[in-house]
Amino acid sequence: MDITRLVSTHRKLLLGGFLILVLIFLATFPIWARAYDVRVLALVLIYVVLAAGWAMFSGTTGYMSLAPAAFFGLGMYAMALLQYELPFPLVIAIGGALSFVFALLIGLVTLRLKGMYFAVFTFGLVVFMTEITQYLETRLLGKHGQAIIPIDNQTLFYIMVGVAVATVLVTYLIRRSRWGLAMLGIGGNEEAAEHMGVNTTGVKVFTFAISAAFMGVAGVVAAPLLIYVNSNIAFSLYYSFLPIFMAILGGMGTAYGPVIGAVILGYLDTRLRAQLFNYFNLGFGIIMVLIILFLPKGITGLVPMLQDKLGGAMRRLRKGDREERHANT
Amino acid sequence: MQILEGQGVTKFFGGLAAVSNVDFAVGQGEIMGLIGPNGAGKTTLFNLISGSFPLSSGEIRFKGQKISGLKPHRICRMGIGRTFQETKVFGNMSVLQNVLVGAFFGNPVGTSGSDAAREATEALEFVGLTAMGASPINDLTLVNQKRVEVARALATKPELLLLDELMAGLTSTEVGEAMELVTRMHDKGITILMVEHVMKAIMGVCMRVMVLHHGEKIADGTCNEISCDRKVIDVYLGEQTHAGS
Repeated sequence: MDITRLVSTHRKLLLGGFLILVLIFLATFPIWARAYDVRVLALVLIYVVLAAGWAMFSGTTGYMSLAPAAFFGLGMYAMALLQYELPFPLVIAIGGALSFVFALLIGLVTLRLKGMYFAVFTFGLVVFMTEITQYLETRLLGKHGQAIIPIDNQTLFYIMVGVAVATVLVTYLIRRSRWGLAMLGIGGNEEAAEHMGVNTTGVKVFTFAISAAFMGVAGVVAAPLLIYVNSNIAFSLYYSFLPIFMAILGGMGTAYGPVIGAVILGYLDTRLRAQLFNYFNLGFGIIMVLIILFLPKGITGLVPMLQDKLGGAMRRLRKGDREERHANT
Repeated sequence: MQILEGQGVTKFFGGLAAVSNVDFAVGQGEIMGLIGPNGAGKTTLFNLISGSFPLSSGEIRFKGQKISGLKPHRICRMGIGRTFQETKVFGNMSVLQNVLVGAFFGNPVGTSGSDAAREATEALEFVGLTAMGASPINDLTLVNQKRVEVARALATKPELLLLDELMAGLTSTEVGEAMELVTRMHDKGITILMVEHVMKAIMGVCMRVMVLHHGEKIADGTCNEISCDRKVIDVYLGEQTHAGS
């Protein structure tokens, strides 16, 4: 009868049931959906990994990383260069490890930079990666761009399901652990966190590297979906900014917020961007401005807001009811 | 026995010596005051002890071990807790979570979740904020935020606690409460070094006082000695204070 109470008491059960439904949906999707939609959803899942991976580090610590494209592109290039040499699963592992190590080194050097300096550096890193890759490619291989042998979309889809689930799960586990508390402390006041015994450098660098590893893996899987890769595609800043917009749209207060944002924007991006390029960017820009103005906590930030309003309305309703009855007697 | 010793502690900011060749010692179990005019280098000295930035020269030892050059989190885990002059709470957390950070990370060995939760609750209780544990920290008044900072530092189980102007901006009743809190912490066996401008508080709880001026130590002694010291009266206390408190 009372839906709000039902939801609040059986929260865990409902959430678990919902997650199982999502997994069943994902597991059976290639069986009943069109091949084209399988490809679309695989691309959406790539965005899910990028957005959740970005929020894993930047969402809690407040360090604005514009580097996702650098790690994503590194994964793509790992695939481009190793596709003939090694089996696909091994390339996936290498792409992740490569991004992890690269982020570890970058983090050790740059994570002492605060605020916008870090953002600017990571922005520059992506530009640098584009240029250096292009230079090395033309110098050493004598060409620009690499064709990737396609892999059947269904396999790629299932791999992406696994990677996305792993990313979200790791984000969730970090969030509810003491490690997550340390990151929240860094976001709240880094100096205080340091003085309360948090090894801030260690926490930051390691989380940055973990999130980069997921982005690298996503890059490896993305390469055969895109079939062709060059330095401008692989290290496109679009892959840095879009995940951030997705995380903002979904809301960074929870582990699943960026996922929701990524599903919505990722779907629109893959379906509509190619068809209505100019209109898409215009509409996209307007929507982003509106969200930042009116929904700074994103879609998931709506939930507590609505609960507040709904709860208040319900109470008023009940109170009114009682008063009416009272008046009648 | 000296719990904290500094020798020739010096810090330059550019050409300015914020702290210049200061020798000091805090005895185990003492409550020591650190006073001086604004800009005398009191907070800088705190920052040097807690490892916020490196010394230009000199050395600081804690329980005989050299700590200058260590990172703040290492120094904290060795047993030095601190609060900040301008409160630095974790604005994105609840009150209890703020204290939990100290309980989880301030101890040398990995503390279990339930132990940390218990320690955090105890620390909150100690400062009298149990009822506010679940509130967002930003909903608290400045006085209470300062108390949370104390609880957070207590949760790291310090042997030495650095209090940076705990009483600034408090009413006289609140100053009384804060003095009582300092005394209770001292009774728990914690050595305390406190920067304070409220002379009533310094004279009320401190056993010894050190005076800084322009980054140099100009006096060091009991409250009575300090309040009669000609140099201290000239630069800081003024004639009126000399007579009384």
